[in-house]
Amino acid sequence: MRQEPFVVPGKLVVPYRYFVGRLASKALIALRDDKKVMGVRCPTCNLTYMPPRSTCGRCFSKLEELVEVGDKGTVLTYTVVYHKEPVHPMEPPFVYGLIKLDGADTALPHFIGEVEPEKVSIGMKVQAVFKDKREGNILDIKYFKPQ
Amino acid sequence: MAERVAIVGVGQTYHRSRRPDVNQVELMNEAVRAALDDAQLTLKDIDAVVMGNMELFEGNYLVDMWASDGIGSYLKPGMKITTGGTTGATISCAAFTYAASGLFNTVLAVAFEKQDEGDTRAGLISVRDPLWDRFMAIGAVATFARMGRSYMRASGCQEEHAALLRVKADRGACRNPYAHLKLNLTIEDVMNSRMLIWPMRLLYMCPTTVGAAALVVASERKAKKITKKPVWVQDWVTVHQQSARVHRPGEEARVRTIGVGETSHERAAQLIYKRNGITKPIRDIDVAEIYEPSTWGELIWYELYGFCEPGEGWRWAEKGVTDMEGEFPVNPSGGVVATNPIGATAMIRIVEAALQVRGDAGEHQMTRPVRRAFTTAWGGQNWTVATLLSKSI
Ligand SMILES: [Zn+2]
Repeated sequence: MRQEPFVVPGKLVVPYRYFVGRLASKALIALRDDKKVMGVRCPTCNLTYMPPRSTCGRCFSKLEELVEVGDKGTVLTYTVVYHKEPVHPMEPPFVYGLIKLDGADTALPHFIGEVEPEKVSIGMKVQAVFKDKREGNILDIKYFKPQ
Repeated sequence: MAERVAIVGVGQTYHRSRRPDVNQVELMNEAVRAALDDAQLTLKDIDAVVMGNMELFEGNYLVDMWASDGIGSYLKPGMKITTGGTTGATISCAAFTYAASGLFNTVLAVAFEKQDEGDTRAGLISVRDPLWDRFMAIGAVATFARMGRSYMRASGCQEEHAALLRVKADRGACRNPYAHLKLNLTIEDVMNSRMLIWPMRLLYMCPTTVGAAALVVASERKAKKITKKPVWVQDWVTVHQQSARVHRPGEEARVRTIGVGETSHERAAQLIYKRNGITKPIRDIDVAEIYEPSTWGELIWYELYGFCEPGEGWRWAEKGVTDMEGEFPVNPSGGVVATNPIGATAMIRIVEAALQVRGDAGEHQMTRPVRRAFTTAWGGQNWTVATLLSKSI
């Protein structure tokens, strides 16, 4: 007779809601209402961060100066997802990329769409495709498509 | 210990139920800036950063990574710590150890909880043994109800004694600019508050608080250069113990009198007293900041910490021994029952004790001099951290 180890089943379902802070709220309002992609500039380091953050990790300055970084950028790197998992946001195959927006010094992780996965390349110029019904989060950008 | 260690800067945020104006990183940043300002240092002076919270309360597991900009750990060594209610004290002890090791001269410790973003009760259930305890979904309220009921039956304590201590805590909180609940309570208010589980009323339980705290810790040589008022960390100790169930034979009598078996509190207190020649806490310690998530815990833990004799805790409440003006003040800050940002709470005990030693606590500063302060932390399930802070070495 085959003996199996006993298990006690468990499951935790915990809802969360995350406050984004004043600075990022302003950036997300601009994204939602005007399709403007905003980063934050550190005047000391002369760097623009996207996503925006309230403190510069290099010089520890408080950051307040939101600047538009534009909806166009460059694929720094990417990967193609072929297998299916319940947590995935869409049906495979789909492409994740790190996109450096033209006005930013940092890259934003997002999807790359409207292109065959095999045709995506590093250095590819892309631009944001916005949702029609925007809610004030980073998924108001549906994905980036080739320019 | 290789080097002696001192606290040279302390900081905390103000505490509220909700902080919709800041994200988690911004909340921590407020405490970090306050501690650096207090130490009159900048981030350049910090060699390592230790931080933490209770991860499932916010649903984050590598906050040390993505919060690095805001807490000042960018390109600096350090680690994250999560140990339940003791988190803030364990982080502090890690920072003490870092500085004592001689590897780092100046260490920043950061602790926070943003309880307005998740579900603390669901998180708390996950701390229980998944095989034997968790199915009951027992939280902190039932645990303290059990202790309070056993204690009342065995000792002659009445509910009024808990109410006296709750009013004492509120008096402290009302003087403390950082405290969360400031209610101007009377005994009647307390005893008319909503009954949760007899004898646990709503006001005997700590609130759900959002807040953060930070410490700057330095080795002896460095500390003397940084500040004229270093607070010396005389000793620290951590004791773990099994959960609240009775695991060992021979503990039945204890369970009948205080609702639990032998506890980590007793072991931790005995150990730190012995190592530091403390034979009579009421004489050898000037103020205590203890981790009392419930007033019933405070009452019983006076006895477990050896402040008074077994069965005497409620008489102390009656006599006001632990009032701010009393013979042995406990929690002049208002304590945990007034303010509980869980991951930060135990660090706030150390922050408040350090302020008392420095004489900088403001309106809730003790009037007589504080040479030595004792702090504790308590985490589910039975885990105690105790520290001794001192004005001189
Ligand atoms: Zn900068």
